[in-house]
Amino acid sequence: MKAEIIIAGFGGQGVLSMGKILAYSGLMENKEVTWMPAYGPEQRGGTANVTVIVSEERISSPILSQYDVAIVLNQPSLDKFESKVKPGGILIYDGFGIINPPTRKDINVYRIDAMDKAAELKNSKVFNMIVLGGLLKVCPIVSTDGLNKALYKTLPERHHGLIPLNMEAVEAGGQIIEKV
Amino acid sequence: MAEQEVKLMKGNEALAHAAIRCGCDGYFGYPITPQTEVIETLSELKPWETTGMVVLQAESEVASINMLYGGGGTGKRVMTSSSSPGVSLMQEGISYMAGAEVPGLIVDVQRGGPGLGTIQPSQSDYFQATRGGGNGDYYILVLAPNSVQEMADFVDLSFELAFKYRIPAMILSDGVIGQMMEKVVLPPFKPRRTNEEIIKECPWAATGCKGRKPVVITSLELKPEIMEQRNLQLQEKYRKIRENEVRYETKFMDDAEYMIVAFGSAARIAEKTIELARAEGIKVGLFRPITLWPFPEKEIAEAAKKLKGILVAEINAGMMIEDVRLAVNGTVRCEHYGRLGGIVPEPEEMVKALKEKFL
Repeated sequence: MKAEIIIAGFGGQGVLSMGKILAYSGLMENKEVTWMPAYGPEQRGGTANVTVIVSEERISSPILSQYDVAIVLNQPSLDKFESKVKPGGILIYDGFGIINPPTRKDINVYRIDAMDKAAELKNSKVFNMIVLGGLLKVCPIVSTDGLNKALYKTLPERHHGLIPLNMEAVEAGGQIIEKV
Repeated sequence: MAEQEVKLMKGNEALAHAAIRCGCDGYFGYPITPQTEVIETLSELKPWETTGMVVLQAESEVASINMLYGGGGTGKRVMTSSSSPGVSLMQEGISYMAGAEVPGLIVDVQRGGPGLGTIQPSQSDYFQATRGGGNGDYYILVLAPNSVQEMADFVDLSFELAFKYRIPAMILSDGVIGQMMEKVVLPPFKPRRTNEEIIKECPWAATGCKGRKPVVITSLELKPEIMEQRNLQLQEKYRKIRENEVRYETKFMDDAEYMIVAFGSAARIAEKTIELARAEGIKVGLFRPITLWPFPEKEIAEAAKKLKGILVAEINAGMMIEDVRLAVNGTVRCEHYGRLGGIVPEPEEMVKALKEKFL
């Protein structure tokens, strides 16, 4: 299995770290991974995006034209990446602030109201983990076990106490994602 | 086996780790996007507390390269890293090092130009890297990594070659390879050379002249007869390097009718291009020069014999294509595809270019 994933949203939403955790989860499961961030002006106050590839085989290009999965967390990202999902692929979007929802019929569109859920949990910081939970529900490219291991591996020990909270957010994401 | 552990890190970070592990004596650099993680990682790892490696933020790139000149002149394994505009500033120092035959490692994580340009990836320093870049008849060794693993592996290789031939070596990377995270196995630890080892291995180095004649390290020689001789010696050295140090990689070439020649990150994109093109029945293979100088000209000429066409894919307006054309000398049609100003070409664009130019 190979998943070519783009994650895009506003700077500060945790787009790059979500991608990083996903990449580390792949590493935990001995998969091949690449993580290629937009490090330019996008990151400096506009939209941010990262391409993550998780694969059983060696990965050729870290730069892609089309994606198996697009996770879009704001309108500009949706406008930019909806057309770049491969036919039959997956588009996941957060409904918050979306005026023009996706229109393509040849892809699987999922909506996850992670912004609302994070507000409900009174913890905006777990927003990206909710989205990640949604992704793993509809595209189980890595296991939640691998994800859990990745968090222990990547977070400094002083933050390990927060991992159960993050895993709850992942669980919640899996529950609230729905097919459109 | 702890050293065999697979890590996930950026190319810039892997390079910094590798520098410490391969016994580098000193790093001198000035921050610039997209390579600042090199000095950041070194500052975090504090190698001066473990291996004794010096890490210094210089006041400018001009200072960095002249620190390299001084450090290399004493036989130390010293390096600097920068991105395109910073490497332009270093050209005078690189020319002096080449003239005085001082080894050292320069890393260029390229961004788009000309001038301050952009912070996005580019390969438009190819000419500057492979044609010397500064004044005078000289070359430097240029290695082009296409993965985070090669960012790590090429540090020690560069030092080995730089000292073997007393020549500055360059790792010519770009924003994609520097910023991307991939799996990497870091090289095993190798101790820094002791002063005694340096004295033994580098008799040319300024290591203190007690009990022997002083060595003089300079690129200046006012007598043209002597200067010509020194130039001829340099040329002889370049001939040896051309003969012995060419490195390259080929893929999918067995049945290929077309060939993409690409280096660094463009070669990764070209691999995906080839996957897509082959799915459509186009028989295309990859030739990836790993050393850009010395350039694998004989090997490209040999590979070209059975081809219908060559696409040179670069993230610039057409630089390496000149070397490819010189190599094949008109025997096969060579076309170029590239994007400019920090735009990185996507695999599908390359497929389209391949079809438009040859099919």
